[in-house]
Formats: sequence, structure tokens, C-alpha cells
Amino acid sequence: MSRHKTLVIAALISLVTATLVFGVADGAWLKSVPAHDHERTNPYHDQPDAVAAGRRVFADHCSHCHGANAEGTKKRPPLKSLRVQKEATEGDLHWLLVNGNMRKGMPSWSKLGDPQLWQVIAYVKSLHE
Amino acid sequence: MIRDIALCLSMLVILIGCSRAQERPYFVTYSHEMEEPGNLEIELFNVVGKPPGANRFLGSTMEFEYGVKAWWTSEFYLDGQATINDSTIFTGYRWENRFRPLLREHWINPVIYVEFENTSADKALREIVGHDGVPDFADPNAIAREDKEREIETKLILGSNFRGWNISENIIAEKNLSNDPWEFGYAWAISRPLKLAASAHNCTFCGEKFQAGIEMYGGLGDRYSFGTRLTSQYFGPTINWATPGGMTFSFSPQFGLNDYSIPRLYRFGISYEIEQFLGRFFRGMR
Repeated sequence: MSRHKTLVIAALISLVTATLVFGVADGAWLKSVPAHDHERTNPYHDQPDAVAAGRRVFADHCSHCHGANAEGTKKRPPLKSLRVQKEATEGDLHWLLVNGNMRKGMPSWSKLGDPQLWQVIAYVKSLHE
Repeated sequence: MIRDIALCLSMLVILIGCSRAQERPYFVTYSHEMEEPGNLEIELFNVVGKPPGANRFLGSTMEFEYGVKAWWTSEFYLDGQATINDSTIFTGYRWENRFRPLLREHWINPVIYVEFENTSADKALREIVGHDGVPDFADPNAIAREDKEREIETKLILGSNFRGWNISENIIAEKNLSNDPWEFGYAWAISRPLKLAASAHNCTFCGEKFQAGIEMYGGLGDRYSFGTRLTSQYFGPTINWATPGGMTFSFSPQFGLNDYSIPRLYRFGISYEIEQFLGRFFRGMR
């Protein structure tokens, strides 16, 4: 095989690998959310008590990865980002919490039950203001 | 000596940083919920029982459960027991790994469980298989510990979360690495927090801090005599309480359902979760 062909193949492999790596990187999960989950609304939307309760649940279960104020840590993303605050609906976030993103280290939180998940989402979304 | 104590104390300070675990109140049944990646949970589970015609005993298991990945949990156990009018002995160790093959939540979520155990005279009763029952408790510890059990245990764990309820079923197959046949067992449990929504204010005894349910488990014979004949079966309510300090206390009175079972077992446990254990450890080293 000529040197030129080897370089072309190496470049192709690099391109495919990069596409795969960045394709499944943060945010790719948004494309996996089914339409009916995407459209779900938060029964606790904008309720101050739910935000306060969500802050407590967040402190107990989420803060050690995402930071005490959801600012993110070395390995885990911030939740004040444009993606979480604007691009993702409350339904999207609920889907993510139920299913997790296990390849990326995010576990499923279905064990908390829907009310607590919606409370956490109410809190996370309140961080935008 | 003083340096060693200071080092241990400083390590403890580094390690303090608990997470409020949302544990299921099960003692024998495994749910499909894995340990969060990076977290280490330390658990102490005990069982007290009085087999007919034998001495009362306390079986204990110290567990170290670590979340390797979101889909992989590894756990190491140290077992011991104390028998009245007999002795207190270390009975062995176990190492298990649980893998979650489906990486999303489904109606039924399977988890594959594989364990190696090296025990003798074990009375922790963390699983009942084959024809385990009252006759196993008849021998004094000195004789019972001569019988080494080196076993591979596999489980298919099925779990579902639905409207706050957790339903878990375990199908168990165990093989002694000597020439014994495969033995089988089962366990199932249902539980639910007393309140699903969290309170807006800190509280100690509010409903979401408690989970209650029922648990049932027993043997299913072995390869040559499959079924419930000459097997022990247990059933009982179970409850746990997650304290604000990060500890979870569990309790369950369990009742033997036939003459081959110990009439009553009292199980109690304490667990404590250290969040991001290795991260803290290495930060402490630096």
C-alpha cells in the first residue's frame, strides 16, 4: 500500500472516530427523547415550594457531581448552560433523569419517583433567572 | 503511633461527606438500582434467629458497595457470626459484581449478578438456596466451619419502578465449586416511600424519609430435586429510615413459612454513603 493511501485511510478513520466521539458527546441525548416525553409539562412549574423542595433533593443527590450551585464540576456539566435552560424542555429533563445517560456516567434517577424528579427540574429551571 | 492515629483521623475528615441515600428497605432482594458512580456505600446488616433445637445466633455482614460505572456496581462483603453458648467467628468473604445490560429505563429492567464467595459456618442468611434450612444450624461452629463453601452465585435481577413503587424479583442459581449440584432460590420484594414528593423544609421524620414494603424469599431445591419440598421460605414486612445525618436504618421481622425454616428472623441494618469516594481520597492525598 502506498504511503498516500495509508494517510488517506488514517485520515478517514480519524474523521469517523471524531464524528462518533462528538456525536455521543454532551447534548446528543436530546435527540433521543421521544416526542411525547419532549412535550410533557412540569406539574410543579414555577411553584416556590416545589423549587425549595427541589433544591433540597438536588443538594442530596445531584450536587456532588454537578456542583453545589449547579455550576458543574471538573467532569460533569453545569446545569445553568444554554442547553439545559433553553434547548431542553422540562419533559426532556424528566426523560433524562428517568433514563440517565449511563455511558456518560449519568445514572437513572427513577428511584426518586416522579414528584421529586419534577421538583428537581423546577429547581434547575429556576436557576436561569 | 500518634502519627498513625492523626493520619487515620485526617483520612476520616477527608472522607466525611455523605450522600442521602435513597435505599430500598430490602435485606435479601436486590433491586435494579445501581450505586451512583464514584460513591461508596458502607453497610452493616445483621440477622438474629433462634433455630429450633439450636442456639440463638447473630449473623453479620459488612458490605462495601462501590459504583464503578452507572451500569456497573461492585461489592465486597465480610461475614461473621456469633452463636450463644458457642463462639464468635469470622465466616468468610464475598465479592460480587452487578451489570445492567440495558442502559435505559424500561418496564422491567434486568441486571446480571455474579458473585464469588468463600465462607464457612455462615449465618448471615443473605440468600437462601437449595435445601438450606434448620438442619444447617445444628452443628457447633467448630464443626460447621470445617465445611468450606467456595461458590459461584448468579442472579437475574428484574426490577421495575412504577408510580413510586419498586417491584424487584431475583432468580438465583448457585454452584459450589466442589462436586455439588446447582442450587436454586428466589427473592422478591415491593416497597414505596411513605410520601413521594419532597418537603420544602428540612425534616427528620417526614414521610419521604421512610420506605416500607414486604419481602419474601426461599429455596427452590437443586438440579436433582427442584421445587419447594424441604426448603425454607421467609416472608415479612420491612421498613427503613433515612436520617438527616446521611445514615439509613433498616428493620425487618421475618417469619418462616414452614417447619424447615427458622420461625422468626429479626434483621436490622445501618448504611452510610460516601459520595465520590476516590475523588475525595486522592484530593486528600494531594
